[in-house]
Amino acid sequence: MGELLGQAWTVARKDLVLEFRTRTALLSAVVFTALVLTVFNFGRDPTAVATIDLAPSILWVTFTFAAMLALNRAFQLELENGALEGLLVSPLSRHSLYLGKVLANLGFVGVVEAVGLPLFVLFFNVPVGRVLLPLIGVIALATVGFVSVGTLFSAMVVRTRFAELMLPVLLLPFLLLPLTYAVQATARLLAGRPLSEVSGWLKLLAAYDLVFIAVALLLFPHTVDE
Amino acid sequence: MLSAEGLRHTYGPVVALDGVSLTLAPGQTLAIFGPNGSGKTTLLKVLAGLIRPQQGWARVAGGRRAIGWIGHQSHLYGHLSVTENLLFWAALYGVAAAERGVRAAAILERLGLSDRAGQPVWSLSRGLAQRAAIAKALVHDPRVLLLDEPFTGLDLAAAGDLRKLLGELRGAGRVLVLATHNVDEGVELATDVAFQRQGRLVQLAPRGARGAAEIAEAYRRAVTDG
Repeated sequence: MGELLGQAWTVARKDLVLEFRTRTALLSAVVFTALVLTVFNFGRDPTAVATIDLAPSILWVTFTFAAMLALNRAFQLELENGALEGLLVSPLSRHSLYLGKVLANLGFVGVVEAVGLPLFVLFFNVPVGRVLLPLIGVIALATVGFVSVGTLFSAMVVRTRFAELMLPVLLLPFLLLPLTYAVQATARLLAGRPLSEVSGWLKLLAAYDLVFIAVALLLFPHTVDE
Repeated sequence: MLSAEGLRHTYGPVVALDGVSLTLAPGQTLAIFGPNGSGKTTLLKVLAGLIRPQQGWARVAGGRRAIGWIGHQSHLYGHLSVTENLLFWAALYGVAAAERGVRAAAILERLGLSDRAGQPVWSLSRGLAQRAAIAKALVHDPRVLLLDEPFTGLDLAAAGDLRKLLGELRGAGRVLVLATHNVDEGVELATDVAFQRQGRLVQLAPRGARGAAEIAEAYRRAVTDG
């Protein structure tokens, strides 16, 4: 277990160093998030639908597509100079490779969300002060779900043509459940409902995470081996 | 140290390996000569564990950790420095943390890359990148070295240095498998020679006292005669 996690951390650290050195995908995702929130802010009619009703969906649509940018690059960077082949020849276990990529993607998406959440609060003037911790919990659980499934699909499509188009097409149907749970939980939190009303959605998110991490760990070796 | 039995692998109608068997002991260097598309790369990938053959088996004593691989691509990350790349791969191959820096510095010095150690890989010329790829393959001191056209991109001096280094590794009891279409490359390193034609290894035998011209003539006959 120690070696598995150690190798996963080696992969994750390398990915994060590469990303923070080049900053291409990170900057794109942050700018994308800011732009989408801006467009939604100016593109809605506040007299037709109350902001508080619309805001959770806007937040999660933004985070979902921003996460897609991160997931697209996860294995793309292994195509440079055939590095993926080198990883597969090495004693790195396929599970460590998967977990390393998940860790790096969580870091990446986490940064995008850390920038996106204050912008969301600023643009939509939603009261998050009292529910910040539970909201962060919802975001964390949903992000783990997105990233665990997305990392698997990212590996699956990386050697296909039009990988960047294929990923959303394949991945989005699998994100409908966590997206629904996250929107429901966020809506209740922003409406000031008691935490007991949210806990069911949090449990569903946690269950989704556990099931899909287990499934992804089982399937991942088959997606990368020739 | 390295053995394979009855390997068969096809890509659709194309037979890449057909009944390939071989056994190599420490200190042996097998040079496999074959035209493009004869299955040399597939054979090396099977030996490296990168492709699971449809029939037969291949085994390397010590598993993946014992294998060094020099393929068509460098497996290096362009935005990491040469040293950072070596440290990353050394970590994946289980080299102790305290030893990684020492090993990386030693192999870079041996390959004349010490003054490029801090340079990002993207800034290296093709020949220097190939030398860095060789350093990556050797940083964990592998007992079996699989080399697929390793002289590609090297100038005469660097190719001579590599031959010398490979000769030293052979002398130190390492097993080398060298695949190339060019008989002049590496024939002097070989203790054993084989020709590959349409997936079959033919005339696998010790090199003995045969010179390059004699082997080139045998190769010409082997790949052109039915």
